[in-house]
Amino acid sequence: MSGKQDDHKPMRPVIWARLLLLLPFIAMLWVSTYNTLEPEWAGIPFFYWYQLLWVILSAGIVAFIYLVER
Amino acid sequence: MPLNLTALIVFIVLFVFVTWLGFIAARWRAGDLDLLHEWGLGGRRFGTMVAWFLIGGDLYTAYTFIAVPALVFGAGALGFFAVPYTIMIYPILYIIFPRLWSVAHKHGFVTSADFVRGRFGNRWLALAVAFTGILATMPYIALQLVGIEVVIGAMGVETNGLIGDLPLIIAFVILAAFTYTSGLRAPAMIAVVKDLLIYLTVLAAVIAVPMKLGGYGHVFSAIPPEKLLLKSPVDGTTGTYSAYATLALGSAFALFLYPHSITGILSSSSARVVRRNAAILPAYSLLLGLLALMGFMAIAIGVAKMPEFKPGFDEFKANFSVPALFMAMFPSWFVGVAFSAIAIGALVPAAIMSIATANTCTRNIYREFIHPACSPAEESQVAKIVSLVIKAGALAFIFFLPLQYALWLQLLGGVWIIQTAPSVMLGLYTRFLNGWALFLGWLCGFGLGTWLVIINNWAPVYPLQLPGLTFPCYIALIAVAANLVVSIVLSPLFNTIGSGQPRDITAAVDYY
Repeated sequence: MSGKQDDHKPMRPVIWARLLLLLPFIAMLWVSTYNTLEPEWAGIPFFYWYQLLWVILSAGIVAFIYLVER
Repeated sequence: MPLNLTALIVFIVLFVFVTWLGFIAARWRAGDLDLLHEWGLGGRRFGTMVAWFLIGGDLYTAYTFIAVPALVFGAGALGFFAVPYTIMIYPILYIIFPRLWSVAHKHGFVTSADFVRGRFGNRWLALAVAFTGILATMPYIALQLVGIEVVIGAMGVETNGLIGDLPLIIAFVILAAFTYTSGLRAPAMIAVVKDLLIYLTVLAAVIAVPMKLGGYGHVFSAIPPEKLLLKSPVDGTTGTYSAYATLALGSAFALFLYPHSITGILSSSSARVVRRNAAILPAYSLLLGLLALMGFMAIAIGVAKMPEFKPGFDEFKANFSVPALFMAMFPSWFVGVAFSAIAIGALVPAAIMSIATANTCTRNIYREFIHPACSPAEESQVAKIVSLVIKAGALAFIFFLPLQYALWLQLLGGVWIIQTAPSVMLGLYTRFLNGWALFLGWLCGFGLGTWLVIINNWAPVYPLQLPGLTFPCYIALIAVAANLVVSIVLSPLFNTIGSGQPRDITAAVDYY
């Protein structure tokens, strides 16, 4: 798993892609946008499923940036 | 509580299995354990998957798995701040910490204080960073024991008095022994077992509990309405909204500054491994979010009102909610699996934390201030011994001091550790800051944060009075803001009077 040669090549930062990382911060710090019960999903109030959804979204954003910069 | 023999046997079998793993781990990707970076960083050889298990097992501790659902069980929506918190840590990990990995790899740094020493050439600033790390980690190790204690108690084993302390002592002797012989390889190997058990347990619970109750709708309809959402703020204050947001943000910035987090990062085999993990570690955040919901499931099932769980709640309070939920839901053998997941889940971070603290004590105190000429073998030997002392200290902490002290100290730990952010995080980007200015900034932040926590009656959120507005804010953020202002304002001053000649041993090309 280790010792692959290009694993040690420095990555080239792609600024526009990295700016996407602000999205999870904006979404999560803006609490008033998601402190509601509706719309429910499968019986789960919005407050809970929305934040869990952002776990997946922000992981996707990080993965996307990795692929762009690789 | 009656003795749950089946659960106890499963628990002991799994515990013996990981103990064996811990000892054979010394021979895994064998290296010369007489070198500190081999013992204390696993030779910086962990690839993407191992790093995923190791860092995941390191950051999402047993205490988290007990305390987060307990907070949701007790306080409702506010306890869910752990989710935005663990969302925001990964952009920070992706952007900032690969740079720490690369510079540490180039210069052989083992701790964050090593980096600060090299970057700013100021041994007193490095000492401050080292001291903060040690101080913040000690109560954290002690709290891991609470996780073990709760599940042992839940299986009906006596946890009071001298006999009651025995299981914890046994667990910690085992932990100390395999950490001593195998170093970071032991928790890395055990983390794989621990994480698989935790995933299994949580998946079983998030499927089985709603099935029994007839869907998530029934789980949430059983929750008192005032617990389901954050209280809307009244005029003139940002209320729980800013409390929730700042708790998440401050905790996120503090997390990767803890010595055990940095040990996890530096043990990776490349900066790219760290970046890849920033994308795949959120799987654990999802797990934590689901676990947090178990606090609600425990309310919905009504564990607090079941007579068989009364002694448990009397002894462990809300921390008993998840163990009680498992016992109410699952057959005994699976309760054993779930409980061993929690107990083994305590061993992994406790081992990494003690290794990280030992690395720091050895590198940044012993070699820097006591015996600079020590050989690599001696350095590694000192670290092994320090790791034993630290665990004995954590054990003594739990036995001789009230649990409340550990909780208070852990709260302070978060406020303290974030004070190293200007030196470590900004230091990765600029050498404009001066070592002495950073030192004074650290002093201000440390003092202000401690004072605010105390005058605030040990509550983490302080109602900051702004003109015309009350802004409840996590104290760590207030204190680090003061720290930053002092560091930035004083830096040009110190730089011009030349008390800190730039003695940076790193070069721009070392950071990528």
